[in-house]
Amino acid sequence: MAERELLLGDEAVALGAIHSGISGAYGYPGTPSTELFEYIEGVAQQEGIHAVWSANEKVAYEEALGMSFAGKRAIISMKHVGLNVAADAFVNSGVTGVNGGLVLCVADDPGMHSSQNEQDSRFYAKFALVPCLEPADQQEAYDMSREAFELSERTKLPVVLRLVTRLAHSRSGVDTGDRRPKNQLNPPADTFNFTLLPTNARVMYDRLTRKQPELEADSNNSRWNPLVDGADRSRGILVNGIAWNYLAEVFGGAVPHPVLRVGQYPAPFGKIRSMLELVDELVVIEEGYPFLEEMIRGVAGVAGKRIRGKLDGTVPRCGEMTPTIVARSLGLAVAQGLAPTLETIPNRPPTLCPGCAHGDAFLVIRQALAAFGDVKMFSDIGCYTLGFYAPFNAIHSCVDMGASISMAAGAAHAGQHPCVAAIGDSTFGHSGMTGLMTAIRENVPFTVVILDNGTVAMTGTQKTMCTGDDLVKIVLGLGLDPEHLKIIEPHRARAAEQAAIISAEIDYRGTSVIIARRPCVQLKRKGA
Amino acid sequence: MKHDIILAGVGGQGILTIAYLLDYAAIARGLRFKQAEVHGMAQRGGAVYSHMRISDQPIHSDLIPEGHADMILSVEPLEVQRYLEYLRPGGAVVSNNEPVKNISDYPDVGQVNQALLALPRAILVDAAGIAQAAKLPKAQNMVMVGAATPFLPFEWREFEPIVNRLFGAKGEHVVQANMAVLEAGWRVGAFAKGLLDAGVTSNLASRFLARVEPVSLEPVMAGQFAAVLTTAKAQAFLDATGERVAGDADLLKALSA
Ligand SMILES: Cc1ncc(C[n+]2csc(CCOP(=O)(O)OP(=O)(O)O)c2C)c(N)n1
Ligand code: SF4
Repeated sequence: MAERELLLGDEAVALGAIHSGISGAYGYPGTPSTELFEYIEGVAQQEGIHAVWSANEKVAYEEALGMSFAGKRAIISMKHVGLNVAADAFVNSGVTGVNGGLVLCVADDPGMHSSQNEQDSRFYAKFALVPCLEPADQQEAYDMSREAFELSERTKLPVVLRLVTRLAHSRSGVDTGDRRPKNQLNPPADTFNFTLLPTNARVMYDRLTRKQPELEADSNNSRWNPLVDGADRSRGILVNGIAWNYLAEVFGGAVPHPVLRVGQYPAPFGKIRSMLELVDELVVIEEGYPFLEEMIRGVAGVAGKRIRGKLDGTVPRCGEMTPTIVARSLGLAVAQGLAPTLETIPNRPPTLCPGCAHGDAFLVIRQALAAFGDVKMFSDIGCYTLGFYAPFNAIHSCVDMGASISMAAGAAHAGQHPCVAAIGDSTFGHSGMTGLMTAIRENVPFTVVILDNGTVAMTGTQKTMCTGDDLVKIVLGLGLDPEHLKIIEPHRARAAEQAAIISAEIDYRGTSVIIARRPCVQLKRKGA
Repeated sequence: MKHDIILAGVGGQGILTIAYLLDYAAIARGLRFKQAEVHGMAQRGGAVYSHMRISDQPIHSDLIPEGHADMILSVEPLEVQRYLEYLRPGGAVVSNNEPVKNISDYPDVGQVNQALLALPRAILVDAAGIAQAAKLPKAQNMVMVGAATPFLPFEWREFEPIVNRLFGAKGEHVVQANMAVLEAGWRVGAFAKGLLDAGVTSNLASRFLARVEPVSLEPVMAGQFAAVLTTAKAQAFLDATGERVAGDADLLKALSA
């Protein structure tokens, strides 16, 4: 029975997965992917789907692979940089192959609305030699989610579904289809493919490479890769994913040139060759890196053809696509809007909520560090990263989750003192523990401040795993000397006294941990 | 028919509630729509916006091209300035007049408002005043939806089932109170639109609206008021301060005499 639902791109993928009969949803929060898992989580109980956030993306991926091993279907969702964390499991799962359908939905963030980079996950799919689908709108997101599960079970491979921010977080009407029954528990009798000893892995890798021509043929015949001829063959245009929407927009729905839309990978080389036979100039407009453009261009270019795109500056290399950018790149007229009527428009960057515990924690830490001169503090990713901005100006690094601790340890190895790392509770559980454990073995002289606000605040107050007494036990379990674990409830009113506690630990030439424990005000508002 | 709207505000002001009301109003009319939202980092008190497109034809892009927006609907006056490049000539600006000063370099408020009213078709809405008068201080967004409605393919009453979906659980009186606030916003928006359509400047329209009771306004009378707003009497009335008065037939008579 077809129904029309009002869905974000994320939610459309989620619903497609539910209708595909998944038994598990796995993930770690990360903008712009978070709403996918949350949609499934909201109905998990009534749908009989296992949906509990994992400690990090690698754990999530492996849990999902385990469910697939046992014969059932699972979806994993994460933001693009999450796939860096899950990459080991992901790339190897291309070699093992899957049993129950396994779909990885990864949401890229061109334009870096909420991220450290704008890496393009299509490279990962190619790297792992697995198929990738890329929807242009919410309806395709739903349809492709369903198709991804079919493709996964047909090819026995994990399938990547690539979203970008503008689709993940854009809402529109979606027509939905029938539900498929869930798979029964059905662990494999033969587990050869899941046991990647070199002897087995060589066989499996060979099988994976032999599947490639079939996958490419799939792409060439895919309805997601339509090649439509146009009357004006002075140029052809190749677009991927949502770049199609912008192209259609600037031509009012009727593009006069031959157009190849790419929504299924591996790249449809046959279709690309057909396109190059039609035109002498091909403009490649990609939302993401110049992934297809680099492939088409190669090192020597294509004889007799002009390939234009991000590599020759026809299309801007950085940032996300917009209809206006696409129009400009094609040399089309661009409508003029109004000009600002105010001389200077100050920026309004995000800030910590009024009453946020992190603000007070930074105040206390700054006070403790003042005595040591101009100390640079290593930090990490979460709400507390906003401590970079005035009035705090408290943090001096933010690289990848967990990096604060390991980088501070490395700087301490180099002889820097003091070395201080500030990390959130969820980030600590995600990737901080291993760094701390490593440092404790050597008693590295540095201080780690764990900002325990009891939640994963940045991405919308999801449940954290390492908070309160559990966090204390974990830190001690890693081997920290209990003498050098201090717990404070950061408050500006008690800054002097609390700064003294931190200073004393900084003076100690070994590993120390301060837990700054105070709940996030948004969490309190939610009544959790 | 198409309506391209930039929704603007500051993280935490709840522009997604406005989007929700407009989305469902579009759905109820069987219209197509796309609405690109901003989630994540920016929601922590940063500048946030949403591109909202409503049409009876297929919509291609989730993002509005520059120079194509029919309206900027903002819940903060400074934020309007960030998105003017999207507004087409002749497009309207409907903005709340209450500043959110969570940055140290916030410009002079008078300057912000003046800059806004220098635009040809802009309305500044005293959403806080209207919401407070109805004892629903949190309902500023309802006021803004009402004020924007005259520029959209909707009647203000069409929002009732959607408001009911949002607040129905809290009781019928809450729904009705929110609808009353929405209607007051509609009166201001529709009246102001009438003035602007009749050639009154944004600035003059705004000065007039600041002097009258929102709930007393009859949008059908806007044309008549437009004709008298430049009289000496009207100038004196606009220059005066003090209590708002009813913007009714009596006032019209007084200003035209
Ligand atoms: C590998 C990776 N996964 C996910 C994210 C998205 N992300 C950024 S911060 C954050 C959570 C931070 O939680 P916590 O450390 O508890 O800090 P809080 O926001 O509560 O202050 C997440 C999930 C990311 N940037 N990188
Ligand atoms: S959501 Fe919580 S942790 Fe994040 S800024 Fe607000 S109070 Fe602080």
